[in-house]
Amino acid sequence: MKINLKVWRQKNNNTAGKLVDYQLDNVSEDMSFLEMFDVLNDSLTRKGEDPVTFDHDCREGICGMCSMYINGRAHGPQTGATTCQLHMRSFNDGDTIVVEPWRARAFPVIKDLMVDRSAFDRIIQSGGYVSVNTGSARDANEILIPRTVADEAMDAAACIGCGACVAACKNASAMLFVSAKVSQLAILPQGHSEHKERAERMVAQMDAEGFGACSFTGACSVECPKSISLDHIARMNREYLGAKLSSENVQG
Amino acid sequence: MKLESKIPAGPLAEKWARHKFSLKLVNPANKRKYEIIVVGTGLAGASAAASLAELGYNVKAFCFQDSPRRAHSIAAQGGINAAKNYQNDGDSVFRLFYDTIKGGDYRAREANVHRLAEVSVNIIDQCVAQGVPFAREYGGTLANRSFGGAQVSRTFYARGQTGQQLLLGAYSALSRQVANGKVKLYPRTEMLDLVVEGGKARGIITRNLITGKIESHSAHAVLLCTGGYGNVFYLSTNAMGSNVTAAWRAHKKGALFGNPCFTQIHPTCIPVSGHYQSKLTLMSESLRNDGRVWAPKSKEDAVRIQKGEIKPTDLAEDARDYFLERRYPAFGNLVPRDVASRNAKYVCDEGRGVSKTGLAVYLDFADAIKRDGRKTIEAKYGNLFEMYEKITGENPYELPMMIYPAVHYTMGGLWVDYNLMTTIPGLYALGEANFSDHGANRLGASALMQGLADGYFVIPYTVGDYLATIGPADKIPVDSPAFKEAEQKVHAQVNQLLSIKGERPVDDLHKELGHIMWEYCGMSRTAEGLKLAKQKIQALKKEFWTNVKVLGDSEEMNQALEQAARVADFIELGELMVDDALNREESCGGHFREEHQTPDGEALRDDENFAYVAAWEYQGENQPELLNKEILEFENVKLTQRSYK
Amino acid sequence: MAWVTQTLSSSLGRKVIMSLTGLFLSTFLIVHMAGNLQLFKGDGGRAFNEYTYFMTHNPVIMTVSYLLYTSILVHALMAFVLTRHNQASRPVKYAYSKPEANSDWSSRNMGILGTILLLFIIIHMRTFWYEMHFGSVPMAEYDGKQYKNLYAVVQVAFGEWWYVLLYVVCMGALGYHLAHGFQSGFQSLGVRHKKYTPLIEALGKYFFAIIIPLAFAAMPIYVFLQVHHII
Repeated sequence: MKINLKVWRQKNNNTAGKLVDYQLDNVSEDMSFLEMFDVLNDSLTRKGEDPVTFDHDCREGICGMCSMYINGRAHGPQTGATTCQLHMRSFNDGDTIVVEPWRARAFPVIKDLMVDRSAFDRIIQSGGYVSVNTGSARDANEILIPRTVADEAMDAAACIGCGACVAACKNASAMLFVSAKVSQLAILPQGHSEHKERAERMVAQMDAEGFGACSFTGACSVECPKSISLDHIARMNREYLGAKLSSENVQG
Repeated sequence: MKLESKIPAGPLAEKWARHKFSLKLVNPANKRKYEIIVVGTGLAGASAAASLAELGYNVKAFCFQDSPRRAHSIAAQGGINAAKNYQNDGDSVFRLFYDTIKGGDYRAREANVHRLAEVSVNIIDQCVAQGVPFAREYGGTLANRSFGGAQVSRTFYARGQTGQQLLLGAYSALSRQVANGKVKLYPRTEMLDLVVEGGKARGIITRNLITGKIESHSAHAVLLCTGGYGNVFYLSTNAMGSNVTAAWRAHKKGALFGNPCFTQIHPTCIPVSGHYQSKLTLMSESLRNDGRVWAPKSKEDAVRIQKGEIKPTDLAEDARDYFLERRYPAFGNLVPRDVASRNAKYVCDEGRGVSKTGLAVYLDFADAIKRDGRKTIEAKYGNLFEMYEKITGENPYELPMMIYPAVHYTMGGLWVDYNLMTTIPGLYALGEANFSDHGANRLGASALMQGLADGYFVIPYTVGDYLATIGPADKIPVDSPAFKEAEQKVHAQVNQLLSIKGERPVDDLHKELGHIMWEYCGMSRTAEGLKLAKQKIQALKKEFWTNVKVLGDSEEMNQALEQAARVADFIELGELMVDDALNREESCGGHFREEHQTPDGEALRDDENFAYVAAWEYQGENQPELLNKEILEFENVKLTQRSYK
Repeated sequence: MAWVTQTLSSSLGRKVIMSLTGLFLSTFLIVHMAGNLQLFKGDGGRAFNEYTYFMTHNPVIMTVSYLLYTSILVHALMAFVLTRHNQASRPVKYAYSKPEANSDWSSRNMGILGTILLLFIIIHMRTFWYEMHFGSVPMAEYDGKQYKNLYAVVQVAFGEWWYVLLYVVCMGALGYHLAHGFQSGFQSLGVRHKKYTPLIEALGKYFFAIIIPLAFAAMPIYVFLQVHHII
């Protein structure tokens, strides 16, 4: 099939970017979307033009590295899938596909379609862990966790940190990402002892990174490759308000 | 070189405990005077960095991904083994040890494997304490499953995302230490050389992938936790960025490379669909519990299927060859990975393969669906079926799945002693990057176990012994000549890659290397083929260094440049793998030499002559490498022929 | 008190303020609608005027009404602050975006809907509240007691077709605003439960987004038809 591409090209964070048109004539419908980009880059390189820079790694939907905004949607038209899991059979012969990087103040563009998502790391660093040193754990079966509870925690823990929630949100809010971690650790008994500080600190860091607020449009959950539920956002709100009202931290 | 494995004396079960006591300790107040570099942030790297920082050492952690959380450990699906015996089904540390040694076809060290089995139980405790949501029973206890043909249920899992959950656990521990200021993170940073001075590892040279800046980092010890080198085959289940560069450059600085030819080919991957294919996707081995593997009996039928003239469902039962069930009546579809893979290859070599390419066999669930109902099958494998449909566009509930083997794991790696130290003092290798625990074949759910064992429970003890020995003053500054020289070399290589300005993009050359490796050094190898491969690789090396086309600049984000440096190393490694495969005149585990097989086509080991680790020593550019042998001694297990008939 | 200001200025805290004021305004709507149903009584406005008198003279109601005015102001002001912040969170917009694929129109346009409602409230208050308090409203006498005849003001206002149309359109905006706002308010407070959330959603979708705006819209239409002797 024939595909027309409009791809965001931007040399680095200090220069302006623009959409550039490319045309590919021999696209197989069995190709993954990223393989289509490989083909584009191969032809650009042979022509002596700078290939398109984009993040990708595992190409099986779990590492969370790929991050394209395709035809107006994070990770493209499929739901419950990452860009690398998208295949060209989702498009028609002659389609024009617009490909842009994630857009958010907290995700500055590095080059072309590649953005800097280190804000997510800093949010996890602010409290997305259980403070337990190696070696100090007790037997794994000592604390019983009912299956339903473990399952709910796993639903939240499935987050791959790709940033599609931010990209899809009209406010570039990171609530789904942050809440997935707050919620996972709030549900599990192991995370309970620090649940107040965790909610306070992670929300503060989220705000400091410049993400927007939650308007509860639900776009994040729809576009999330792991379909993480909005329930976790509600739980984080609860955790945060509860923590603010009951913690003894008067400094804020 | 004399290889000292430093295996402690004493009975097998006491070696590790005794050794831990004999290791020197670093005074708590002195720990902050030491710097440790950890390269790679997968299970081994993240767990090591976090644990060492918790002890008080200053750690610098490097990864080429944009976040430590994305290391390829994340893609492991199945689970992690541990000898907890929660199921009361007869598991024990010794049984896990025994299964691992046997599964590795007796090419691993007894002492290391036993230690691995011992600490496996601590890993589960640690991960649960971190908030890893392992699968549970309704009553709240941990659930287990039997995996990869094991006779006991010792595999812990978190849906089909066990690797992800374990990595996120280690990543969270790492993040906590970043917040504590004990770990400094360097994401999007690639190690391009190891600095060795006075016979010790002193630090590394890195390239900042965003700015292109070449930088030096000095430390008392360097830990390489950089994963495997399956991407030497171009197509593998590894992530696109997985590479051998850090390990290879350490090898060129004097670290011996152990058993490079030991690669694992996983039988249940989604087949290649075209020349543009960039990677292969694995589907959990558990599929073989219910799926039946078959191919058309006749070549004619296969051709008609390949051309799309008939569907597999059109083929009558007696026109199908359930070749695993036929050849291995006892184990049937559940034979080990290497056996299943090789047989699929043979069938395709006979021209009986399916799919457009003829490089696939069927994994059929029709009987299982008839027997258990679609609902049951959906509950067990729903997510895998969905993934398959997403990639292939075919519905596996209606048409049989197509599968083909793909490179999945590399058992070989940097040679390390019992302390995980390479032949360069101060340089350690952990996880898949070392050669140590899996011998010639890795069992399912053992890779995660090894990565975390090394990082959480081995290195914190063993690195301390080295640091206590050298003392905090034994470190050199980054402006010393050794660093400057290494920096110069890295600069020179980067500039050289950019200045060739040839005709062929990096991927194109990488694909060619992959073809050579897969054809001659893949599932089944011959002396003749390997010799041919060596010639082809040497020619490819020449072609690479005269005709590679890398555009752009060094002082910017330049993915082609990153890849070019990695492929250059893969080419050299490929040649060593071929040498190693040629040297190992036996068949064992994932290494199958056609000259060495039993009359009915099974792997034929030669314990008399090859019960050793082949540790290769670099001799200089374009020089043949020197073979060193570490003889493996088996005192606790009896070497037997694996049989799955 | 650092924690109070810090909490209320966090993105979650601001949403809590939006939620509390919004939900308060929603409950007010019930009272307002119930009272204004007097317009349908067909008694020449007596019940309505008596109700108006009560609302402007009862000290409790008067206190609550100031809370109400404050809520409107805070809700609007906070919305403005949040919108600015949210827009700043994405300085470079997408060249091509397809949000309808993943979210409802009303949820994405609460700001526009809210602005319409704010303008409506200003017009509405100018027409009735201002007239009632500061304008010259004719008097009516029931049982020897003098009442401001706000009903007459209503008749004048709703006698104009364009004014009725304005009301009907604005009530449409109110419906969309509440369709998202009511249930979303609970989300911001962290109230989400498998059993109760469907009830809250139904209440928001049917009662607040349909019944209340319809009832309010019916009032100007009814008065218009009455004034022009169509019914």
